[in-house]
Amino acid sequence: MPGITREEVAHLARLARLELKGEELDHFAGQLDDIIGAVARVAEVADQDVPPTSHPLPLTNVMRADEVRPSLTPEQALSGAPAQEQQRFKVPQILGED
Amino acid sequence: MPTTVGSKMLEGWMPPYDATLVKNLKAADVVILGKTNMDEFAMGSSTENSAYGPTGNPWDLTRIPGGSGGGSSAALAAYEAPLAIGTDTGGSIRQPAAVTGTVGVKPTYGGVSRYGMVAFSSSLDQGGPCARTVLDAALLHEAIAGHDPLDSTSIDAPVPPVVEAARNGSVAGMRVGVVKQFRGEGYQAGVVQRFDESVELLKSLGAEIVELDCPTFDLALSAYYLIAPSECSSNLARFDAMRYGLRVGDDGTRSAEDVTALTREAGFGDEVKRRIILGTYALSSGYYDAYYGSAQKVRTLITREFEQAFEQVDVIVSPTTPTTAFPIGERADDPMAMYLADLCTIPTNLAGNAAMSLPCGLAPEDGLPVGLQIIAPAMKDDRLYKVGAAVEAAFVEKWGHPLLEEAPSL
Repeated sequence: MPGITREEVAHLARLARLELKGEELDHFAGQLDDIIGAVARVAEVADQDVPPTSHPLPLTNVMRADEVRPSLTPEQALSGAPAQEQQRFKVPQILGED
Repeated sequence: MPTTVGSKMLEGWMPPYDATLVKNLKAADVVILGKTNMDEFAMGSSTENSAYGPTGNPWDLTRIPGGSGGGSSAALAAYEAPLAIGTDTGGSIRQPAAVTGTVGVKPTYGGVSRYGMVAFSSSLDQGGPCARTVLDAALLHEAIAGHDPLDSTSIDAPVPPVVEAARNGSVAGMRVGVVKQFRGEGYQAGVVQRFDESVELLKSLGAEIVELDCPTFDLALSAYYLIAPSECSSNLARFDAMRYGLRVGDDGTRSAEDVTALTREAGFGDEVKRRIILGTYALSSGYYDAYYGSAQKVRTLITREFEQAFEQVDVIVSPTTPTTAFPIGERADDPMAMYLADLCTIPTNLAGNAAMSLPCGLAPEDGLPVGLQIIAPAMKDDRLYKVGAAVEAAFVEKWGHPLLEEAPSL
């Protein structure tokens, strides 16, 4: 199983929207390499013909009646917003200049 | 009252609604005194990962109170509160209970609603009771448990009769399993000694001891540290600096994406970042099958081994943690050493069944509490209390007082 490099950590951090600092990349690369080296043992069962378990309960399609129910008011929903305007979440620009 | 989950990301954040568990507590007229410290987003085994600083263990303030629910366990052991709540994803209720000489229960997955709880790893997270006695834990368990239509993973079945079981402790005629894999390298001698004495005690109380072999349990820790980070990398994507929580770097020139990345860098601590990156790695194309896929197969095999075990026994016992409380700082920069604290508690989370930790004495070498773990099949939570109450009563009789009376005065 391959190890994990500083460059790979930088790539993963970008995918996960984490603006890691240079020293963090070095620090995490070493630690993650150790962790992945240890947990890679799970591959011992890779060839076994057993179904994967994603969840402890055998539940499928838990439904409820499609009825209007009380929910948060706009004020409650916006109560933790970093910025708001006209009862809406105010966010930084999501599209580029061009 | 703010909910911060030990994170700068939610500093001062006031939740707009109550979790079902909290609603149930209020309906039972429980007085809520406050919220306690914890590892950030419940990721940790020592409460050192809190952005607000570590919590001391009332038995020795230089040592960890366990984690992630170290604030809950410390508040109980220091007699600051009679009851507390925790969430247990890999041992975060039971391990703190073990190292502080208190009682903690991870109910069956789906037994207590997760609605309104901050999500870490949704297929593993389970809220549950923390207390100083088995009966107190049962009373709290009964108050918070039950079906909740707002949590689609909540089990639609009656709450197991936990209080009745706690009032009628007995192990006479019960078959109690001891799993071969829950001992060996990394287990402190005093922990093993107190555990072996507990097994002898169970025998003397009329239980039949059955040796069990569960080979895949050796892979549980590895599977857990792939599954939990994978789910957390997805769950924590919601902290995007847009709708609630911290936002930094929004100076009018940066894009939303850049603000998100800067905020997550500033708002998350090291362990949370490590797990997000680990989970992102385990789920990435090219590694998914080898890591996440294999971890899910391990989960199937562990569940089967539990099923086979529970055909032979009524409950399983083990040490709750391989060691007693370690000094604050000792494992802070060694994630793998920290993860080993959850060696005995993780298999239960992967399979979704129920487990309890209760005090079984002090380790002779350091005078610190040792926890006995009792594991029951899913929705047989009452067995934990039946066995736990019997063991607790026998120990209190043997010691002449509850273990917490030996804790130093603070």
